[in-house]
Formats: sequence, structure tokens, C-alpha cells
Amino acid sequence: MKLLKLVPDNTNINFLKWRVPFYVVSIFLIIASWGLVATKGLNLGVDFVGGQMIRVTFVGQPEAPVASMRDEIQELGYGEPIIQRFGAPNEASIRMKLPEGSEEQPDLANTMANRITKAIQAAHPEARIDGVDSVSGKVSGELFQTGLLSLALAMLGISIYIWVRFEWQFGVGALFALIHDVSLTMGLFALTQMEFDLNIVAAILTIIGYSLNDTIVIYDRIRENMKKYRRMPLPELLNLSVNETLARTVMTSLTLLIALIPLLFLGPSSLFGLTAAITMGIFVGTYSSTYMAAPLLIWFGVKSDSFVPSDEGPNQAERIARGEG
Amino acid sequence: MLDFPRWKKIWLWGLILLTSLAALPSVVSLAGARWPQSLPDPSINLGLDLAGGSHILLEADGRQVATQRLETMEESVRTAMRQADPAIRIGDVSTQGGRLSFMVDSASDVDRARELLLPLVNGNGLRREWTLSVVDETRFVLVPTKEGIDAALNQAMDSAKDVIDRRINAIGTLEPTIIRQGDTRIVVQAPGQQDPEALKALIGQTAKLEFKLVDQNALPSDVQAGIAPAGSEIFPYVEGAPGTGQNIAVRRLGGIKGDSLVNAQATVNPETNENVVTIQFDQQGAAKFARLTTENVNRPFAIILDNKVLSAPNINEPIRGGTAQISGSFTAESANQLAIALRSGALPVDLKVIEERTVGPDLGADSIRAGMVAMGIGTGLVLLIMLVTYGRFGFYADVALVLNVLMILGIMAMMNTTLTLPGIAGFVLTIGAAVDANVLINERIREERRRGRKVVQSVEMGYKEASRAIFDANITNVIAAVLLFLFGQGPVKGFAVVLVIGVVTSVFTAVTITRMWVAGWLRRARPTDLHV
Repeated sequence: MKLLKLVPDNTNINFLKWRVPFYVVSIFLIIASWGLVATKGLNLGVDFVGGQMIRVTFVGQPEAPVASMRDEIQELGYGEPIIQRFGAPNEASIRMKLPEGSEEQPDLANTMANRITKAIQAAHPEARIDGVDSVSGKVSGELFQTGLLSLALAMLGISIYIWVRFEWQFGVGALFALIHDVSLTMGLFALTQMEFDLNIVAAILTIIGYSLNDTIVIYDRIRENMKKYRRMPLPELLNLSVNETLARTVMTSLTLLIALIPLLFLGPSSLFGLTAAITMGIFVGTYSSTYMAAPLLIWFGVKSDSFVPSDEGPNQAERIARGEG
Repeated sequence: MLDFPRWKKIWLWGLILLTSLAALPSVVSLAGARWPQSLPDPSINLGLDLAGGSHILLEADGRQVATQRLETMEESVRTAMRQADPAIRIGDVSTQGGRLSFMVDSASDVDRARELLLPLVNGNGLRREWTLSVVDETRFVLVPTKEGIDAALNQAMDSAKDVIDRRINAIGTLEPTIIRQGDTRIVVQAPGQQDPEALKALIGQTAKLEFKLVDQNALPSDVQAGIAPAGSEIFPYVEGAPGTGQNIAVRRLGGIKGDSLVNAQATVNPETNENVVTIQFDQQGAAKFARLTTENVNRPFAIILDNKVLSAPNINEPIRGGTAQISGSFTAESANQLAIALRSGALPVDLKVIEERTVGPDLGADSIRAGMVAMGIGTGLVLLIMLVTYGRFGFYADVALVLNVLMILGIMAMMNTTLTLPGIAGFVLTIGAAVDANVLINERIREERRRGRKVVQSVEMGYKEASRAIFDANITNVIAAVLLFLFGQGPVKGFAVVLVIGVVTSVFTAVTITRMWVAGWLRRARPTDLHV
């Protein structure tokens, strides 16, 4: 049986040759993402800003009566609703943000949700309320803080782990790659204005985990090759390591994409944001571990003898004196 | 490396069998079939987003508990002073600024008053709940300690949880989860609940019932303006009552609270054909109620529920049987709800809904179906690509992957964890990541073969060298998932649980189990070349 090989044997792509242009592109993309987040902003969901999200199906109707729903909700005087198609044409989602100065009314979000669902059901008896999320200003603030905190802690914790298992340069390299992945994902959400909610925080943490998977596999190979080829110049060694792990990188990214794409197109619509974020993360994560995490090690000055077992004496000066440094 | 003693094989197969068996009921029910009722059913719990239902987060206002404690203390102090022999006259009582202060009329009574106050102040004796001091010779000041307030709040939340429990159980066939969260919050999760509004109405009702005498001396214009005469307080009529939009002044003290009820039933008054709630006091409450009505015949008393007046009927005759009717423009449904709320006791503190997530049962079912179809297709494609890429080794990885899915389901069922919608995404991701371990191993075996190593040596090296990277990569995933679990909320937690279980089982199946099979094959077939 002839087996499939995605990457030919003895592939030798000079990844490091292009490292400077790639850095320029990466840094540009990171800054552009930050700029997008700062100017366009993230379309924060009710999890983070409070308010309510109501999903309605108009049973037996060809289409959701978006215009008339907007009028009915506006009459309640809470402001302008954001009404969107959601899945099938007869399904709609209604989002309302909390009015200014509502922090002191913990049950306002809930009262609003009650009145809106009642108004819709009164005007459209065929409406089936599929879901109501109502979050008060207080809870949404807490969710936002814990969301940010868990992201920051995850990035820090993982970097520290890598620092302990490898060397500090590797930890910093991994952290850089992570910042790249998280920034670009946020940038995508700012650009498309897809809703950014708790699920997306989960997705980003997953991306962090995945991107790191990749980075670690490459780092592990670098460490191994450093022990094996003690006199090889670092750029050459990095290139060799990335090439040696390339088959695995391609294969794993491909299988993950294959598992995710059906979920993206056939899965429940409420999972679309989460799946889209993870899918995007697989691309940026693969890129960042191949083109950023490894080449960065040159800049941070990893010594080729970082992983030489210390049984020949911890004294670096002595080794240099013996002509090994 | 490739040595597998018999005991180890037995142990591994036993583990596979056990978890797969545990997964069976979940697989059957997720596929849409019914698991026979006669068999034990350790099937996986479906989260509210999949099964449909309501998640409600309630919060109490801690300040309210503190205020109530002051009021209760004021009543106790007044009673104690009145019942002293001879009675101690007090004045200038104030509960301003979170402290209770009053003056004793005569300085000679200070020592006696202090004696009477000490047992009230020390509570149950384990901790100081109040500090007592005397200033300006005759003024007593009682300040609640922080421990006292905290203990009261804690107690209030505990009993609020019990009350909610009783109320939800009274409406029937739910299996609700009611948990306290933090100092002032309670989470209610009711799977399959069709009408979240009714549930919230029932839970949210404080059901603090009071009977207070109407202050007939109050000036009507003052009352409407919300100005209470000394010793009285103002309450509005409840919406829909005959006096809607108006206020009423009632005597602050000397009323009866509804906490001495033994029963409450929704009934219909045969004379007026009105929906009413009939309540039954316990012995002590009945005696108090009889005394109140005897002393105040022909005067109106207000029936107050949650600080709103339901009605203010005249007392036509003393009510001695301990039974009373509450009228107040009820529908059959609202009368029944009030009866349930009263029977299960008043909430010791007001609870407000600060977060609600409801998913209709139809949407939940649709989500499961869509999620399962997508998962099935994704898994099928992954299995295929592994097979065409790695041949025999891909087949081993595929079987390990299927086992992995069964193990995750089995472990989740045994641990009684809940599968949520993001959990399904976690599942897909685990499937993708599980093959990564095998990809790493197989690529490494290919590499070692290319370098000219012998078959057995290549396989050994492949497993050995790849294991280090697999270990490091998965540890970081566990770090991310644990943080997700610790800081995540609601469905995100479900995602994290699946991820952690998935990481552990995938390493086990992808590394240990496949190695056992590969080792067995190498021993049997003694191949001279590998198709990897």
C-alpha cells in the first residue's frame, strides 16, 4: 500500500532566510490588530457589557419580522435593539445593552428581558423564545475581569513552565508567539465585528494551548539537536529543527482543521464564533511557531551549548579556556 | 520500551473495558435511543444549553440583613425594658448610622438595663455579635460587630437556599440544583424548565407577610406625599389592588409577621367568588392574632406582602381560630403562587436576579443533533486521513482515538460532570489533538527508518523521543485548561473539564495503548520493513 506523505522526505526549506521580512509583517499585523481593537473596538456580547440576548424562532413563518420587532422593542423605551439573523431565516437574535448608569439596579437586565419577551410574544403569537441570556452590569463586569485575568495568567503560567523546562529565551520566545496569536485573533474579531463573549475567551485559551503545542514540539527538537550537533551555527540548527518537525506540523494542523471545519459549517449556530476563533487560531498558531518562536531564539542569544550536560563542570570560563565555547 | 508483561496488558485492557462500559449509556442516549430503565444508568449529564432549562443567579443585598438585625434588636430591647420589673422607660430610640442607640429616662436604671441587655448582646456566646457601651451617663449604644453581621448574612443565605429549595420542589418534577456561591449569591439551575418566568416569579418573591394596624390619625395629604407620622411608616398598594397608586400609613410596631404560619392554601371565597389565600397560624401566632384582632375591632388593618399593601380590611370581629383569609385581587394562578411561597416560608432577605440564561428545549435538541453530525463527520475524516497516511500505525491510532472518545464519555459519566455546548467543541479539539501524539510518534519512526535504523529500534526510538515533546505539550494544555476551569464561568467550565479529561486520556490511549499493540504486532510478525 502506498502511503500518503504530505511533506516529502528531506525537505529543506530555508525558513530563517526570510525571518526579517516575516518579523516586519508579524509586527505590522500585531500593531494593526491593536489599532483595530482600539479604533473599531470589540463587539462585546452581553456577557461582558450586561444586557440581554434573546433568541426567537418564528415557527411556521418564512422569515423573522425584523422591522416590526424593532418597532415593538423601541416602544418599550430601553433604546435601540440590535436584531440579527441567526441561523435559519425565521430565527433572529435580539441584543440590548444596558442603559447608562444602570449599575445600581441589579435586576434591570432581567426586567428588561421580561418585558421584551412579553412584548414580542404579544405581537407575534407564533414566536418561540429559544433562549434568553440576561446579565446585570455587576456580573458582566466580573466576567470581563475574570476573563482577562484567566487569559493573562494562562500566558504567564505557560511561559514560566517553558522557562523552567527549557531556558529563559525559550520562555520569552513562546510568550512572544502567544502575544502574536492572541493579538491577531482579537484583531479578527474587531475587524469582522463578530460577537466577543465568554466562549471566545475559551477559544483564545485553546489557541494558546494549541499554538504552544506546536512551539514546544519545535523547541524540543531544537534542544535535542543542540545536544547532538554542538558546533552547528544556530541559524542552521534552527532551520534543521523546523524542517525535521515540518511533517508533523502540517499533519496535525490539517487533522485539526478537518475536525473543525464540519463543526464550523454544520454545527449549531451558537458555536460558530467559538469554532471560527479556534480555526483562525490554528493558522496563526502554526505560523507563529514556525516563523516566530524559533527564529526569535537567535535574537535572544541562545548559546549552542545551553543544553550540554553539566557533568564536564559548571565553569563556563574553563570550557572556553579548553576551546569549547 | 516494547516489553509488555502480561499483568500490564490485563490491567490496560481492564481499564479500557471499564471506561467503555461506563460510556455505553451515554452513547446510546446521545444517539437518540433510550437506555433501558431496568439497567443502571450512569449516563452523562447534559448541560442546560443542550437539554434546555434555566440558570438563574440571585444576589442578596447584605445591607438589608444588617438593617433587619437592627430592627429586630430594637424590638427585643423594647420588649425587655417593658417587661422589666419595674419597667424601664426609654426614649430617643434611633437606628441611624447602622447602630442602635437609646436613652434611659433615669440614670439609676442604667445598671439594671445593662443587666437585661447583656444576654441579648452576646448572642449564642460563641462570638460577640454586638458591642455595648454607655455614653453621656444614660445613653446606650449597640454597635453590631463585623462577625455578627457576617454570621447573620451567612445564616440568612443558608435559609434562603432552603426556602428556594422548598418552593421549587412544590411545583413538581424538576431536578433543580441550588447552590450558594460566594457570600451573597445563590445559583439555581432547573433543567427542562419550560416556563422560566413562572420560576423566577416564584423564587424572586420574598413572601414577607405582615399584618399591621392602619394609622388612622395620619393626615391623608401627608400620606400621599410619603411623609410618615411618628411611629408609623408608609407603604404603597400593590399593583392591581383597589387602591393602586395610593399610599397607606401603618403603625410600625405591634403588628404580626407571617413567619408563624403552618399552612397556606389557595381557595375561593364562596361569598365574593374571589381568589383568596387561606392561612393557618401556629399556636403562638394564633394567640397573637386573636389578641390583635380582639383589641382592634372595627379598625382597619393592612395585609402587607413584600412591602406592598394587598388590602386593608376592617376587623369586623375577633379572629380566634388562627385562620385568616388574605384577599387582594388574585388570579387563581397568583393565589397559588403566593400560597406556595408562604408555605415554604419567607426569604430572610430580598433576592434579585442578576444573571439569567435560558435555553428552550427545542433549541437544545437541535444543538445536540447539529453538534453530533458535525462531530461524526469530522471524526470520520480524521480517521480516514490517519489511515491513508500511516497505514497500520494509522489504524492503531484510529482505534485508540475511538477508545479515547469512549473513555472521555465514560469518565465524564462516572465523575458526574456535565456536557455543555462548548464541551462538544472541546471534544472536537481533543480528537484533533489526540492524533497529534500519534503523528509525532509516527513521524519520528519514519525519520529513524530514513536514518537507517532497524525496524524494532526505530519504533522504540520513535516512542521514546516523541514522548518528551508529547509530555511537555500536554502539560501546557493542562495549565491552560485548569486556568479556564478556575476562572471561567458557566459553559466555559464545561469546555475546560472536557479538555483536561481529554488531554489525560489521549496521552494514555495514543501513547501507552498503541505501544502495546505495536509491540504485540512486532513480536508476532517480526517484520523486516515498515510501512509507515
